[in-house]
Amino acid sequence: MLRPSTSIPRRGHGPLWRNPAVRALATQVILLIALVVVIGLLIHNTLINLDARGINTGFDFLDRRAGFPISQTLIQYTSDSTYGRTFVVGLLNTLLVSALGIVAATIIGFLVGIARLSPNWLLARLAACYVEIFRNIPLLLQILFWYFAVLRSLPSPRQSISLFDAFFFNVRGLIMPAPDTQPAFVAVWGALLAAIVATVGLVVYGRRRQAATGKALPSGRIGMVLIIGLPIVVYFLAGRPLSWSMPELGGFNFRGGMNVVPELLALWLALSIYTASFIAEIVRSGIQSVPGGQTEAARSLSLPGGLTLRKIVLPQAMRVIIPQMTSQYLNLIKNSSLATAIGYPDLVAVFAGTTLNQTGQSIEIIAMTMAVYLVISLLISLLMNIYNARVAIRER
Amino acid sequence: MSSSRDMIAARPAPDQRHGVIGWLRINLFSGPINSVVTLVVLVLLVRLLWPVIDWALIEADWVGSTRQACTGDGACWVFISVRLNQIVYGFYPEAMRWRVDIVFALFALLVAWLAIPRLPFKRFVGLFALIGFPIVAWILLLGGMFGLTPVPTRQWGGLMLTLTIAAVGIVGSLPIGVLLALGRRSKMPLVRGVCVVFIEFWRGVPLITVLFMASVMLPLFAPAGAEFDKLLRALIGIMLFWSAYMAEVVRSGLQAIPRGQGEAGAALGLSYWQRMGLIILPQALKLVIPGIVNTFIALFKDTSLVLIIGLFDLLAVIQSGLNDADWLGFAIEGYVFAALIYWVFCFSMSRYSQYIERRLHTGH
Repeated sequence: MLRPSTSIPRRGHGPLWRNPAVRALATQVILLIALVVVIGLLIHNTLINLDARGINTGFDFLDRRAGFPISQTLIQYTSDSTYGRTFVVGLLNTLLVSALGIVAATIIGFLVGIARLSPNWLLARLAACYVEIFRNIPLLLQILFWYFAVLRSLPSPRQSISLFDAFFFNVRGLIMPAPDTQPAFVAVWGALLAAIVATVGLVVYGRRRQAATGKALPSGRIGMVLIIGLPIVVYFLAGRPLSWSMPELGGFNFRGGMNVVPELLALWLALSIYTASFIAEIVRSGIQSVPGGQTEAARSLSLPGGLTLRKIVLPQAMRVIIPQMTSQYLNLIKNSSLATAIGYPDLVAVFAGTTLNQTGQSIEIIAMTMAVYLVISLLISLLMNIYNARVAIRER
Repeated sequence: MSSSRDMIAARPAPDQRHGVIGWLRINLFSGPINSVVTLVVLVLLVRLLWPVIDWALIEADWVGSTRQACTGDGACWVFISVRLNQIVYGFYPEAMRWRVDIVFALFALLVAWLAIPRLPFKRFVGLFALIGFPIVAWILLLGGMFGLTPVPTRQWGGLMLTLTIAAVGIVGSLPIGVLLALGRRSKMPLVRGVCVVFIEFWRGVPLITVLFMASVMLPLFAPAGAEFDKLLRALIGIMLFWSAYMAEVVRSGLQAIPRGQGEAGAALGLSYWQRMGLIILPQALKLVIPGIVNTFIALFKDTSLVLIIGLFDLLAVIQSGLNDADWLGFAIEGYVFAALIYWVFCFSMSRYSQYIERRLHTGH
């Protein structure tokens, strides 16, 4: 005979440790206590150790005189500047090489990624070899290779490899003409800015008009003409306020012009070539993720090939590409810290290296350095998440 | 109009897809643009590849023991063969290198046993590889027990150090990563919060700064008087850093398992850890094998960064060899050889993961 069992405990009646809510609370309380104890111990130990070594804490050191030179600076810097300024110089150098690297890696990565899908067997294999070689070798090794094996064995300034007598390539890096702008050049910058604003406005207006009437504006082409043309017109109207400082060989070195140090070149080359091998795979997977039927459907509507690519394939591929691309950009920025191995004065080399050695304030300096990278990472992820949310497929 | 009732004689199909010429026509010369591309790539390949082959193989010097042996125009591999012992063992005392050899042999045997699907007793071998082998390796390499002469870690170096760091990093970061991933998906807000902060922090900073932190700040955190080994500090930093990456890979696998799987387990009366260990994790980990191996590969490549905090791994040994006054000017040979070693390890890992992925693909 069936009758309801009385042996199953009802909710809340079993032993206390069987109750999920109680267990969750207990786990969290234990975790909290463990956290507090560990952090407390760390702080306690650190204070004792700092005291024993006679290290002061605080950020006063940022105002003291640094007293060491930096080989490449984007802003005014002498060895009389403060440690705070070394931080800014290092940060700007990090951002410089990251920006250059991101542009180059994207271009190479897209080319190689598309080449991997080429119907030409030879080209596709060549691209595959590029990817397999460069992504399986440590970046640090590649940086050292470009720096010590290639750039350090270039000829001396007197035997420079020269291009049009304006670009010189030697063991001190790349020497090239430097732009020398007069005050009136501000007008050209203004024109460029105005052209960009106008183009953005045009694109927005074009989209609205197309949504309302179905007629497309060639806003891309008009924008291109605006952005290139307007500054050129203003440049001539303002009386050509730009001259070039040409490099000239005098004695044992070059005078005038702009010197791109070999450390920057090596780091830039290695970062771009290495990251491009990852970007190539992302681009390939993105394009392959678009079903072939989409292209066929576009063709059956007799859309031309370029339009199919621009309006059908790429927008869908981008959904797959963009999020992964973001992490590659972040990796590139973080990897630029390997600069310290060849002495390119980036944030880690200048600040977490030289400044830390001179002041001994390891906690403040490491914390500031890590904070910079963290802020960059979180900022970019935030922006990309916003973008991603905008382009993501909205399902019913 | 005239028409014939006779059958038209059969002609061969206009199919030109067979044979070498057919293959060439399809893959290399399918159109004018394609043909031009093929020719350009061919010219480039010959112009670039031939000098490399010439330098590395044909004009190269292979035998000898001094710099004088390098007379040809090509690479001088004598430089590598002279230094090979240091590249493999670092500064490990010569008389005791047999200990390293045993560890290498045991490691290779275990990896081969686990990697080849046909061999039996996988579970026991795996357990030994995870628990027994590290203990044996530790006793053999470090010494100080069973009458073995102690060899302090500062004498470790070369490929042996690289493999040690990679193995410890891989074995350590996977379980921590799994725990972090489970914690990040926990319903307990404090556990989740701690895991999120931990993961986002380590993922947001470069490994170099982590290593710097490990080398200059860990001694400050330790109780006064406690001496932290330099290698141990680096290992802690590497493990914490990579466990955060591992956690994100595992999390993506956990997210892919339908909720019903866990609910079915709960309906059978399984506890949380039973559900995770028997139902969810085996499926989730299988799904993300490519991601896990990718992380292993990245970890292996990044072991080279310990060079910056002064540990003598494979790359550092080669780098320091380049500054040897007797052997100046062989940078390319040194770097090419190092690149080859790293490449072989990373490439075989990636190929193996693709093979496993295909093998485990059950068609779902």
